[in-house]
Amino acid sequence: MRLVPISLAAMLAASATLAQESTDPIKLTLHDWTGQLITTQIMGEVLKKAGYNVEYVQADYLAQFAGLETGDLHVAMEIWETTGREAMDAATATGNVEVLGPTGMQAKEEWWYPSYMKEKCPGLPNWEALKDPACAEAFSTAETAPKGRYLGGPVTWGGFDEERIEALDLPFEVIHAGTDAALFAELESAYQRQAPVLLWIYAPHWAPAKYEGEWVEFPTYTPECYTDPAWGSNPDMAYDCGKPFGEIWKVGWSGLKDKWPGAYKAVGAFTVDNAEMGAMITEVDLNGKTVEAVVADWMAANEPRWSAWIAK
Amino acid sequence: MTVRTGKPFGGWLIWTLALAIAAAVWLWGEALVPFAFDYPKGWRIPAARWIGSFVNWLVKDAAVGPVAFSDLTRFVAAVIDKPYQLALALLADGWQVAEGGAARQVVPPLAWLAVIGIVALAGLWAGGPGLAALMAAAFAFVAVFGQWHSAMVTLASILVAVPVGVAGGLMLGVLSWRHPWFESLLRPLLDLMQTMPVFAYLVPILILFGFGPTAAVVATLIYAMPPMTRVTTLSLQRLPGETHDLARMVGCTPRQTLWRVLVPSAREPLMVGVNQVIMLSLNMVIIASMIGAGGLGFDVLTALRRLDFGAGLEAGLAIVALAIALDRLSQAVARRGYRAPLPGGIVARHPYLTAALALILLCFVLGLALPAVQGYPEAAQLSTSAFWAAAVEWINVTFFDTLEAVKNTILLWILVPVKRFLVGMPWAVAVALLGLAGWRLGGWRLAVLVAGLSFLIAATGQWEKAMITVYLCGISTLIALAIGIPLGIAVAGRERAWMVTRTVIDTLQTLPSFVYLMPVVMLFRVGDFTAMIAVVAYAVVAVIRYTVLGLQGVDPRLIEAGRAMGCTDWQLLTRIRLRLALPEILLGLNQTIMFALSMLVITALVGTRDLGQDVYIALTKANPGNGLVAGLAIAFIAIIADRLLAAAARAQRQRLGLEAA
Repeated sequence: MRLVPISLAAMLAASATLAQESTDPIKLTLHDWTGQLITTQIMGEVLKKAGYNVEYVQADYLAQFAGLETGDLHVAMEIWETTGREAMDAATATGNVEVLGPTGMQAKEEWWYPSYMKEKCPGLPNWEALKDPACAEAFSTAETAPKGRYLGGPVTWGGFDEERIEALDLPFEVIHAGTDAALFAELESAYQRQAPVLLWIYAPHWAPAKYEGEWVEFPTYTPECYTDPAWGSNPDMAYDCGKPFGEIWKVGWSGLKDKWPGAYKAVGAFTVDNAEMGAMITEVDLNGKTVEAVVADWMAANEPRWSAWIAK
Repeated sequence: MTVRTGKPFGGWLIWTLALAIAAAVWLWGEALVPFAFDYPKGWRIPAARWIGSFVNWLVKDAAVGPVAFSDLTRFVAAVIDKPYQLALALLADGWQVAEGGAARQVVPPLAWLAVIGIVALAGLWAGGPGLAALMAAAFAFVAVFGQWHSAMVTLASILVAVPVGVAGGLMLGVLSWRHPWFESLLRPLLDLMQTMPVFAYLVPILILFGFGPTAAVVATLIYAMPPMTRVTTLSLQRLPGETHDLARMVGCTPRQTLWRVLVPSAREPLMVGVNQVIMLSLNMVIIASMIGAGGLGFDVLTALRRLDFGAGLEAGLAIVALAIALDRLSQAVARRGYRAPLPGGIVARHPYLTAALALILLCFVLGLALPAVQGYPEAAQLSTSAFWAAAVEWINVTFFDTLEAVKNTILLWILVPVKRFLVGMPWAVAVALLGLAGWRLGGWRLAVLVAGLSFLIAATGQWEKAMITVYLCGISTLIALAIGIPLGIAVAGRERAWMVTRTVIDTLQTLPSFVYLMPVVMLFRVGDFTAMIAVVAYAVVAVIRYTVLGLQGVDPRLIEAGRAMGCTDWQLLTRIRLRLALPEILLGLNQTIMFALSMLVITALVGTRDLGQDVYIALTKANPGNGLVAGLAIAFIAIIADRLLAAAARAQRQRLGLEAA
């Protein structure tokens, strides 16, 4: 029975600091990659400092939209332009989900190879080196020979790699990995054996920090390249260029701004950049620190920054 | 069933003729009947659109009177949420109050020592000291490898899902036992619930039941309840007539007959159903964690994203430990039966309960002073991550080329030709041959069912993906049989070997396949071969289990008789034991196919291009119509295989004289 006065007092204290905002927990979604855990927990810790009640919910990247639409979940901190655009558009079209602005991070996605492959393909990172049959053969396996093997992302990521290969006339074949984990398992395997591998890698991620390698340099992306066949080296086909950089968006339930106006403002103000995030991911995935410790370090080092996000 | 009177010779003739016609159509028919090869787009049934709009209507507009359907499901979710929150607080999180953002724990959860003590007491109560030791060891394992909190979160959702699943399954089972019309309605539904991949109906469930642990519990229930329902109906039907007579003689009302006489008499088979609910619920842990249940499943996923195989394996083994502990406990409870209550006061009558309460209190008080009593000390945790990473690297560097050569041989000589054959076969020929098989094995009703379902797959434009599915699952099933049957024969007669094998296959069945999938990707790259290994590893369990079951069930007198007539060991095996065990082996084959199909969603994650991938893509694009249609196609394949095999098994039993024609 002693519980009651304590919790009443706690609620009174909370409501005083929040000036009439809801004391219900704001639910932030956690996914299964480190960068997202860091982003979300930084946001969560900042909201806690502002006096909000915060709850983390473990959710699937795509399944979470169902929860955001119904208001069961409230904030998702990382929706990648490159992989989540369709689901995000479908959700915002219902009117129940709202994009809360960019996170400041840019998703980089491109063909990537480990540095030791430069010996076999001296022209890299220029994409034209891949046109050389000897180079393609160096990347081949029994199933694809004499064509090279390029391990693409899961089909759901899109990316137009088949079209790119055709438009740029590369002697390569796309094999799709089913998941992100399978993609990196292949990279780890090849890297341990110093074996040939050419695959889709994205950043911010721990892989470019752990493995030594480079992105292939394709002709720089422009929107016309994807829409206008006349653009670029192949006059008859689109997609004769590299992949676009993509924003990483913050997304939330549209009820957020009425229920917790202060939190709505804070989430909107949140930004970090690629370099900052890359360093934190490396700390966790390669140096073995916990996400909580890295987040706490960031909070201590950046107090003026996050204070501005929650300033009244 | 008068069709099956054709003499074996007639059977051969019909089949030879049918196959000849099929081959002729395939070779020369493309110009004459092009529609038999590629199902014309104009004739397609737009099932995905229909189902999609039905789902939309269901989650947005459907109403029962003034109450919206989604309000109803939300209410159900709220009812399930209450006991879940209680279990979660008790086991994992304690009771907290929000205090200006930072939650403060007011009452801690049960101390880890207290939980281990309680499960050991439960083991002692149900099965004696041996079981108590096993229970304590399983939970201690979880603590030592640093999985305690996650494991308790998982346990909390299992503790809610299992009783609801058992109660619901029992109700449905009783209803279909009472009313045959209900059973005939329910049976196809149960088939769908078991064979439809969860990803296919995940999005509607999330919208209806809200994102979080309750939706995960509902998804778990859909998957785990059918065996309980089936077992209930079956065991009530099998009760001898004397039981009913007894109830009538002592003057029971129908309700009393059911709950006081029949259900308790069927207790043992019912516990098999309970056991299945537990096992299948634990199977769902990974998927449940994707929709907010957290716990061990989430740890597995996160570890594998970092390629930390050791951490993934530890979390996976913690799931196995929970499964084995709960399984053995539930079996012991079933065997324990009813015992007379002890005499004396409240304390003396409930010694175990008293001891448990005392333990909780003691640990609570001690925990206030000694943190190591409350939470397992971090310094004493073990981790095997480094070891597993090194082991996988060593195998990878040392054996990759050998493995690659083996893989390429199998791929080029077996997998690719079979795939080409099946994908190239005209759909109309396949439908006709399936229909013929149905007619020969079970009469015209089976023929209509089998041909109709396979036609629907073609008519919804999924024929090619369905054939890739059949190819992958078919080859994996054959390989599983080739490994499992000899292994089953080898261990069936040897008590020791069977014990070891059983532990291994229990582990294979409950260890999330994700855990071993990623190392396999490292060794064999993404693609069909890796998928095949994952399917075989999971499906071989059923072959071994049912082969052993069948062989152990052979009447020893028949073997004696065979020996007396001078049979060699080989003759004993092929002429007597295997023949008599054939019905069980066929049932095992059926289960193997079900297991193989249920792995499709997982294989989609390593880059196969089958129906499982369609389901997965539909999920990522939030398109419930497409997902459900692909899921239905998988369910249809399962139902076709199941019905044909069941008919074959029945025919075989009749031929052996084990069942009246």
